[in-house]
Amino acid sequence: MVRFLARRLAMALGILLALSIMVYAMLDMALDPLGDLRTSTAPNRAQLLANRIALLNLDQPWYVRYWDWLTSFVRGDFGTAWRTGRQVNDMLGGAIATSVQLVFAATLLAIIFGVIVGLVSALRQYTSFDYSITFVSFVLYSLPVFWVAVLLKQFLAIGVNDFLNRPVINWPGVIAVSVVSGLFWAGALGGELLRKLITFGVAAAVSFGVMFFTLTSGWLNAPNIGIVGLAVIGAAAAYTVTLISAGLGNKRALYASLTTAGVALALYFPLQFFFAGYVMSDWIMLGLFVASIGVALLIGWLYGGPDRAVSMRAAAIVAVLLAVTVFVDQVMRAWGGYVELVGGRPIATIGAQTPGLDAGYWTAQLDKFTHLLLPTIALVLISFAGYTRYQRGSMLEVLNQDYIRTARAKGLSERVVIVRHALRNALMPLASIVPVDIVSLIGGAVITETIFGWGGMGKMFIDSLRDSMIDPVMVYVMITGALAMIANLIADFLYAILDPRIRVDA
Amino acid sequence: MNDERRADVPKDIEATPEEQRLIDQQLDASGPGRGEGAGEAKEVEGLSQNQIVWGRFIRHKGAIFGMVTLAAISLLAFSSMGIGPIPGWWIFQDPGASGPIVNGAAPTLTLPSWLGGPGFALGEHPFGQDNIGRDNFAQVLQGVQTSLLVMVVLGLVALLIGVTVGALSGYYRKATDMALMRVTDLVLTLPVIVLGAVLGRLVATLPDKLGWSDDFRLGFFEYMPLVLAMALGMILWPGLARLVRGEFMSLREREFVDSARVAGASDWRIITKHILPNAVGVIIVNTTLLMSAAVVLETALSFLGFGIRAPNVSLGTLIAENQGAFASRPWLFWWPGLFIILIALSVNFIGDGLRDAYDPRTKRIPSKRQMDKADAKLLAQNGRAK
Repeated sequence: MVRFLARRLAMALGILLALSIMVYAMLDMALDPLGDLRTSTAPNRAQLLANRIALLNLDQPWYVRYWDWLTSFVRGDFGTAWRTGRQVNDMLGGAIATSVQLVFAATLLAIIFGVIVGLVSALRQYTSFDYSITFVSFVLYSLPVFWVAVLLKQFLAIGVNDFLNRPVINWPGVIAVSVVSGLFWAGALGGELLRKLITFGVAAAVSFGVMFFTLTSGWLNAPNIGIVGLAVIGAAAAYTVTLISAGLGNKRALYASLTTAGVALALYFPLQFFFAGYVMSDWIMLGLFVASIGVALLIGWLYGGPDRAVSMRAAAIVAVLLAVTVFVDQVMRAWGGYVELVGGRPIATIGAQTPGLDAGYWTAQLDKFTHLLLPTIALVLISFAGYTRYQRGSMLEVLNQDYIRTARAKGLSERVVIVRHALRNALMPLASIVPVDIVSLIGGAVITETIFGWGGMGKMFIDSLRDSMIDPVMVYVMITGALAMIANLIADFLYAILDPRIRVDA
Repeated sequence: MNDERRADVPKDIEATPEEQRLIDQQLDASGPGRGEGAGEAKEVEGLSQNQIVWGRFIRHKGAIFGMVTLAAISLLAFSSMGIGPIPGWWIFQDPGASGPIVNGAAPTLTLPSWLGGPGFALGEHPFGQDNIGRDNFAQVLQGVQTSLLVMVVLGLVALLIGVTVGALSGYYRKATDMALMRVTDLVLTLPVIVLGAVLGRLVATLPDKLGWSDDFRLGFFEYMPLVLAMALGMILWPGLARLVRGEFMSLREREFVDSARVAGASDWRIITKHILPNAVGVIIVNTTLLMSAAVVLETALSFLGFGIRAPNVSLGTLIAENQGAFASRPWLFWWPGLFIILIALSVNFIGDGLRDAYDPRTKRIPSKRQMDKADAKLLAQNGRAK
């Protein structure tokens, strides 16, 4: 394994070096730092030209400049963006963080939704649900990301902001959404006609009720989940997680999950005081998150039984869900103040944060979310379709295997067959797709960052390419290239771990 | 599948030997039911590979939708705006020419009466006009022409490079494979939009850098979509090359390749006459999917300003120019987007249809109603109802 890694690492470094030479040579031809002076009418044009040639060493051949660049690059000096005089090292810090946030959030959501929808679509193969999902994912697959981004800016952002200022409820729209939601759940849960009708009715009524409540009760102006919401979500999470991961027959897992939800409820008010009384930071949040998982694992362990791991896992998943709920509840409570701070238009269309906003931890988190919202939706819509198609295909392939037939033949419940025998195997190929897909998401981020005015890596690349500044472009290329290499390495590595048939003692 | 179906037949009714013979006969005659693949064997009896693929392809509803849409769009774009020196039927042949504002620059296209409109009419400017009175219909359809041209040229270039690299790599293996695959990795490392932006910038600055004369420069910019498509084709081939390589690696071990070699066939002959025809499914399907990616890539690059420039029109530049005017003139934004989606969608559907058509595992799935009908027929012939 070590030899395999060392070999792959050496090869990756070689490719990066070759990449840097190729791109530097191409950029040397593509960029035209003298372009503006060539057509300039300034009286001292010759002087300016000479100055710039001296500044950028343009009198040297490109490979000499490449060598200069490479030697300073490996020493950690990434050069300057010569038009602004800023050091590239300084520009990078914020840009990397911004891009990582965007790409990470989008990837995570796209995987979660894509995998779930693809899975259900495969289980309901050749039904109208399956056909609709297939059609929708084809449409999403064909959408140009820049078009969607502009559309989101124009419709979602402006629409929501206008609505918040002057709430006029579009009842036909609400009813249409309820009907679509009813159809979705009826199709996804399937069954006989009567069951489908019941599912449709319940889902449509619940969607309508929720929308009716949020739109008419003024909840939108002071949103929160509250202890009642937490109790409902906790109970639902405990039952659903147990149903899927252990089966409701496993009483220990069910009670462990319910106990975890109960502990979360009991801690709700103490936590409110804690949140209000101390200055919060990301580290405290991370600590609380880890602590909640730890407590859940302990609860699961204490319930004992022959198969403790199952109860521990179910309890931990519930804890994660409830921790996120408490966090979201707290962020929501900052809403009212935040809306006033930003002048009544909370859904942001430009930038990664509101400049000069200094109103505490929770408002800063909310600010981050409102800015992340649109670019993330744009990126998720695009890559979601790919995951859906992929997961559907891989699930169908697994479902046709002999070992699935064997599992059914020996009388296992459908849940065990799907979750334990089929899903685990169908998820395996994802390990090799996700890292590669992150690279294409970084590419998609170039466009979204430009449209939404995020000061991330992609925008830096585009701006520098436009302004003929070679140093920032090269740094972008190197970082993206390195990320791609690492992603591929991780993909191979994960696959080797997950699939016992693959051996890497090459 | 069929076993489940048969379980539907009431169990309390024992078939008499005569009935059993009838049932067996029926099952044999109707194909599906006697072992896996029996039905398919019947279905494709006496047909060539191409006929089988074609038959499956035209049964694929999505693919037919794609073909019809793409054909309609191409016909509209090329007949209205003309090809090269041949003028089309549309009155405004120059997409860059501005004219007087008609109807407040709003689209004059009206819906036919069965859709609730006053009757179908194109009017003066069916897709509206922009702020200086340029006809949006002419611009959009010119942009569609550009997109289609880029799509085809890019697909062909990527096809050529990808198949060559993949074939050489998979057939010769060893050092050739090693070298070619490292080049493939190199190109695959960066997102296509990043490499594409660099190449687009390169194509645009080349005339300045090389100090070309004005005449030459003018000609170059007129054919820029072609140059850009070829440049972009040089970065979209690696995926195809990898697939072709895999296909060649497994096919070259097969008996028919050995027998060709024993018969004295040259490498060139084995590659082109023996292996390539067997890999054609993978190649065609992936080239199609690559072409739909090409449409989106070209428009995205043009949107960012690293693609096609004036005097040529691209759907991406149209959207970039008009995104600021969305509140006042949304049609300038809708039409180009609609055409990008329609082109990409129909090509994707065609690709999906081709994939199913070439995939030997694809089976014809009868609908529930057809199954019930067959059941009823079977039972009726046996003389007993359920």
